Amino acid sequence: MPKFVELWVYLSATPLFGLTATLVVYLLAQALYTRLDQAPWANPVLWTVIVLAGGLLATDVPYPTYFAGAQFIHFLLGPAVVALAWPLWQRRDELRQRWPRLLLAALAGGVVASGSAFLLARLMGLPPEVSLSLIPKSVTAPVAMGIAEKIGGIPALAAVFAVITGLVGALTGRYLFDALRIPTDPEGWAARGFALGTASHGIGAARALQVNADAGAYAGLALGLQVLLASLLIPLAFRLL
Amino acid sequence: MLALHGMAWLLALQSLGELLARGMHLSLPGPVIGMLLLLLALRWSVAREPVAACANVLLSNLSLLFVPVGVGVMTHISLVSQYGLRMLAVVVLSTVAGIVVTVLTLHWLRDRPTASAEDDLHA
Repeated sequence: MPKFVELWVYLSATPLFGLTATLVVYLLAQALYTRLDQAPWANPVLWTVIVLAGGLLATDVPYPTYFAGAQFIHFLLGPAVVALAWPLWQRRDELRQRWPRLLLAALAGGVVASGSAFLLARLMGLPPEVSLSLIPKSVTAPVAMGIAEKIGGIPALAAVFAVITGLVGALTGRYLFDALRIPTDPEGWAARGFALGTASHGIGAARALQVNADAGAYAGLALGLQVLLASLLIPLAFRLL
Repeated sequence: MLALHGMAWLLALQSLGELLARGMHLSLPGPVIGMLLLLLALRWSVAREPVAACANVLLSNLSLLFVPVGVGVMTHISLVSQYGLRMLAVVVLSTVAGIVVTVLTLHWLRDRPTASAEDDLHA
């Protein structure tokens, strides 16, 4: 038994551990998700985070030790944001044709998501730095961290809020759209995907991509658009107010 | 190999974006400027094929990339235990509001739905 503890102490302190644990747990969660017919509650990010955070807390491994390995995966978020130009480029004809209504929807959704988060947080008595960290939550995590830093929030907290926001969108989207009787023709799928990408960024987009190709493409487009709008408009709004 | 070329494009444009953001004090983050630059670069087929190969791999595994940040929730356990329920309520309500407003805006502005889609809906 002491031998096992020694080995664990050694292994958990190398970057190899964080990287391997992230990849293996995620792949297992992904396999389970597929086995369960991609039920929204079986979301692989949700369960990977719960298993890893729970495991680290239970074994007293500090987060920086884990992140020393996991940072190699985290690093890819930057190139992934750049890669969002690809779905935008692929849909450039539709975009040229429909840009007024898409821009309007992206603005309306973004303003409502950020504004309602801030106002609700203040109403419920959350501390100011927490309320500010909630504002960029509908943008993909690395961008949300940058915006939070600019407006006086806590970057790490903003990133966590962004991930939870993504999960909420992925979990509730289908039920909301069905309740609102959004049709399932190509244009209906486009609207569903666009809404998920706008309000719940990459995690919502990943969910949309699994459900329908049109929804996935529009989610990618919305995600790129929201990144652009939020990083321009949120700091600007703060400078003017 | 093609995907590796694409990765080089993505990293080069992200670096250029970071340099521009810092050098010109732009309020846009580096990767976002990189995305805009890539949108321009995609006019050339030299960039298009490798970027497509790499972007498809990255974007279809996008949710994995959020795991390391998500696990970071463990460092805010004290905030979570104090305000957890209220923070969750804010995130859930504002996300639902954002989704509903976006989808309804597009739904109201859409071209008239086809008859068959209407039938599906009421079937």
